[in-house]
Amino acid sequence: MSFVLFYLAAAVAVGATAMALTRANAAHALIYLIVSLLGVAVLFFLMGAPFAAALEVVVYAGAIMVLFVFVIMMLNLGEESQREERALLDFGHWWLPGFLTLLLLAELIYVMGYSTSTLSGGTVLPKEVALKLFGPYVLGVELASMLLLAGLVGAYHLGQHFLARDRGRDD
Amino acid sequence: MNTMLIPLEHVLVVASMLFALGLFGLMLRRNIIFMLMSLEVMLNAAALAFIAAGAHWQAADGQVMFIFILAIAAAEVSVGLGLVLQMRRQMHTLDMNTAIRLKG
Repeated sequence: MSFVLFYLAAAVAVGATAMALTRANAAHALIYLIVSLLGVAVLFFLMGAPFAAALEVVVYAGAIMVLFVFVIMMLNLGEESQREERALLDFGHWWLPGFLTLLLLAELIYVMGYSTSTLSGGTVLPKEVALKLFGPYVLGVELASMLLLAGLVGAYHLGQHFLARDRGRDD
Repeated sequence: MNTMLIPLEHVLVVASMLFALGLFGLMLRRNIIFMLMSLEVMLNAAALAFIAAGAHWQAADGQVMFIFILAIAAAEVSVGLGLVLQMRRQMHTLDMNTAIRLKG
């Protein structure tokens, strides 16, 4: 049963991703991307990583995609940008990247499709993850926190003009 | 949950397909928002491979790496979308082809 679930979720994830990256409308693409992320979350759950699955839904499909939604709403992309996007999506533009990517994918599958090992089938609980994270990987946690701080400062700096403009409008 | 004996390479093939799709999107699209989405897909594919490896060896390291990838994705998206807003403000477009000239 879970085999069927696994391949179904994988098909949903790959299909939704393909749809997301070939849409002309950014909002539609975003919805497909969220579906894809939820599909990957199901894969995580089936592979015995429930904590990662929850994080995928909460942080990826929740927080990060909401950022995209905010920006798309702020930019207010109209019909014109959709027409431009559609013009860029004809066959003449995508056959070369498509060919190169297919080549890469074939190589990856060729390299990875050899062994006959299976997943262990066990579940890795959040407790073990936490013990690893704050044990041997604590330096990585510090680095990640510094990266997030840098991201925060960078995003604030880049958004400054918008804050200033809104303040000016209020006066 | 103990009956799940999915072949490891099937998961890796799914991750490869997601990664290839992300790369394809990155090469195909010129709209910076779609390029950021493609980057997200590629990061996600890498995370899937990590989780699969962690499940294969029954180790928590895969999920630890997933958390790091999550943090990197969050930082990347926040700065990237800030740049999108700046680009829209200064060049009135989201097309990367008009942004290839620095100090334009």
